[in-house]
Amino acid sequence: MLSYAIRRLLGAIPTLFIIITLAFFMMRIAPGGPFDSQRRLPPEIEQNVKAAYNLDKPVYQQYFIYLGKLAHGDLGPSYKNKDFSVNEMIADGLPVSARLGLAAIFLAVLVGLVMGTVAALRQNRASDYSVMFIAMIGITIPTFVMAPILTLVFGVYGVSLFGYDISLPVGGWNGGALRNMILPVIVLALPQIAVIARLTRGSMVEVLHSNYVRTARAKGLSSVQVVLRHALRAAVLPLVSYLGPAIAGILTGSLVVEQIFGIPGIGRYFVQGALNRDYTLVLGVLIYYATFVILLNLLADVLYAILDPRVRYAR
Amino acid sequence: MSITADRTGELVSRALDVKGRSLWEDARRRLFRNRAAVVSIITLGAIALMAVFGPLFLAYSYDYIDYSVVSCAPDWWPDPSVLCNAGGSHWFGTDSVGRDLLVRTLYGARVSLAVGLIATLVSLIIGVAYGATAGYLGGRIDELMMRFVDVLYSIPYIFLVIILMVIFNRNFFLLFVAIGAVEWLTMSRIVRGQTLSIKQKEFIEAARASGVNGFGIITRHIVPNVFGPVIVYVTLTVPASILAESFLSFLGLGIQEPLTSWGVLISEGANQMETAPWMLIFPALFMAITLFCFNFIGDGLRDALDPKDR
Repeated sequence: MLSYAIRRLLGAIPTLFIIITLAFFMMRIAPGGPFDSQRRLPPEIEQNVKAAYNLDKPVYQQYFIYLGKLAHGDLGPSYKNKDFSVNEMIADGLPVSARLGLAAIFLAVLVGLVMGTVAALRQNRASDYSVMFIAMIGITIPTFVMAPILTLVFGVYGVSLFGYDISLPVGGWNGGALRNMILPVIVLALPQIAVIARLTRGSMVEVLHSNYVRTARAKGLSSVQVVLRHALRAAVLPLVSYLGPAIAGILTGSLVVEQIFGIPGIGRYFVQGALNRDYTLVLGVLIYYATFVILLNLLADVLYAILDPRVRYAR
Repeated sequence: MSITADRTGELVSRALDVKGRSLWEDARRRLFRNRAAVVSIITLGAIALMAVFGPLFLAYSYDYIDYSVVSCAPDWWPDPSVLCNAGGSHWFGTDSVGRDLLVRTLYGARVSLAVGLIATLVSLIIGVAYGATAGYLGGRIDELMMRFVDVLYSIPYIFLVIILMVIFNRNFFLLFVAIGAVEWLTMSRIVRGQTLSIKQKEFIEAARASGVNGFGIITRHIVPNVFGPVIVYVTLTVPASILAESFLSFLGLGIQEPLTSWGVLISEGANQMETAPWMLIFPALFMAITLFCFNFIGDGLRDALDPKDR
């Protein structure tokens, strides 16, 4: 197991390297540079600015300079946000994005599992159909439609429940206050809740028909025990392999959610950076995202092997 | 003797009368028994017809700006404070520069559906060719090709599209191709998996024995046989592509004015939703219904083609 994990970890390095290389050269093929603006700089100054950022050198040299710095953990200066290095910007935004993303994943797994299990236990009954209908809505209504609608309902119109005002702030981060996190986290989690509920229902239905569950029932266990101790363990397996794509989905969603709710995370940097040709910023954020996805995929595979004793990673 | 001959002849002719049921005929029969799928197909057909022919019958063109009816609600809107007597012909109201929202929603449908179809076609061509080649050649080449797919998989693909869009400077057709070019990964995996199992079958052996070359085997014998799982995935790729385009448009990286797509309209509507909710509601409704339909058809096709359910 350990050797498998280490081998996969080593395998991730060339993957990351290829991603960096691909993204680096793709950005440079793009017409226009970070210092094209309405007002043209005098040629001497432009020359100096370019020299300061090594942009006057051939692209392949820039590439090696970048790699050299990257090996020391330096992502370079931001071209557009003067006086800030990409490291500083990411250090600012990452805790915010990470908190948002982790909360969303946690919520998605919890709610998705419960919904899927309930649907499977009540297969082909009203609660099953309603859960699956909600799941379909979660899959088909995109984040950027759901976010404005929820904002409208909970923020602008204001909702009161049993006399309590439960309206929520619709923007800003406010240092990560719980009230500010509720709407963005729900919006991020909804599509994943939908997929996880469908996956769980499918595998749970299959598991509930298997022989060992029948045995567990036959020896007189309560149905709660059968589900929690026996069925859930096996039913959760497809979910583990979905964890990688789920993380990628939440990262993607965070681009929109951070924009709509005005949250100072790294997702906003990526879009702005791409539009402004801020090469180093885009690359820096991309490297972080890619590392996350790779590591979490790896984690999912290892988890899978731990949970399912039939899987053996010896080759 | 003659009696048995007659008997045989009769049996043969009767056997010829019995119509065999092919896989596809079976699948079609089961698909049409699935009510959700049938309703979805009809709805989708209606939306497509409206998108193609609707604008021809409307009084306004999609880029006709009328500053006298800026942000007007449709006449039947329940909240009378936002009405401004648009003349009754703006059934969906108007947008923030006075363009008719109905015709723009239908134009958006054209673009969004076109993106869905073209991007899916691109991903289909790349994915099937790549997957079938890797699966058929096998061995080291297969491993190398699939490793490349794994690498691309670990990039959150929308980031690739964003970079591609910056490179292509928001070119209309390249947007389609760019989305398709990142959607092919799953397709190639599915096709490869199928190819690996089909490759072992006797009819491939027979084709090889009779001298068909690799290209011929892939195109004539393998590709037609992976069609089942591929068509299911295609119906799921179309809505994924529509979503990807609208996502990009929402971020301001997709379709540019005055052309429009559902993503652009939703993005505009989201900005105005406090004062003019109809600008969000209609495009969002059209898009949600379309995505619903594709998902139901995909589910229906999967059930129809899955031999387990027989």
